[in-house]
Amino acid sequence: MDIKRREVLKAGSGAGVLALAAAAGLVKPGEASAQEWNKAAFGTKSFADTVKALGGGGSTESRDIQITAPDIAENGAVVPISIESRLAKTQAIAIMIEKNPNTLSANFEIPDGTDPFVTTRVKMGETSNVYALVKADGRYFHAVKEIKVTVGGCGG
Amino acid sequence: MADPMRIRANMAGDKVEVRVLMSHEMETGQRKDAKGDIVPAHFIQNVTVTHAGKTVLSAQWGPAISKNPFMHFRFKGGKPGEKVTISWVDNKGDKRTDEATISGG
Repeated sequence: MDIKRREVLKAGSGAGVLALAAAAGLVKPGEASAQEWNKAAFGTKSFADTVKALGGGGSTESRDIQITAPDIAENGAVVPISIESRLAKTQAIAIMIEKNPNTLSANFEIPDGTDPFVTTRVKMGETSNVYALVKADGRYFHAVKEIKVTVGGCGG
Repeated sequence: MADPMRIRANMAGDKVEVRVLMSHEMETGQRKDAKGDIVPAHFIQNVTVTHAGKTVLSAQWGPAISKNPFMHFRFKGGKPGEKVTISWVDNKGDKRTDEATISGG
């Protein structure tokens, strides 16, 4: 125990300590974030780069993905978006907004037994294409919808 | 510590319909305050929903999720009276866990 503690202390401060502490089993799993946050994917600035950062080689447009969202969002700070996939073995659903400072808004992992459907609310800086990227049976598919924004939601 | 989540979990046919409203600033890191200084990013990064020891939804979020995030989804295998547990962790390491009891349809 003491040796582990030394190693943790030596390693420095901040996130590094947390990660080490988790690795050493000092922090209960589930207490600290058990899952990683895909920093690379959330830093991308285009649809194609985001697909790559999420592990896809490319994506095919599909009619089996339904994006339900307003055509015109009066308030870009709160834009409701629902995505439903009819693709068999849907494993994940990601929401991307092409013209936001970073493209990826959210990535939901859908285990067996959970409907391939999710609703959330996102911020949009300006009128943009919104992509729904679905990972199904290891492959990537997408649908796209343009949402017009009257007042942007990223500024002050 | 952030305010509790508001969670509604109720049966819809053979599925559990979950709606959750979290209390969080979801600061983007793009905004400037009155003095012109950037307001540092502060947003939820990871969300995990569990039922009966099994993860029924997990999500990674960026700062583009709206302030006071809302999420709605459905899963199979739950029964009235059982618990649904939701946890989040943000980019500063703040976290919160709340649970709700599944109600009849």
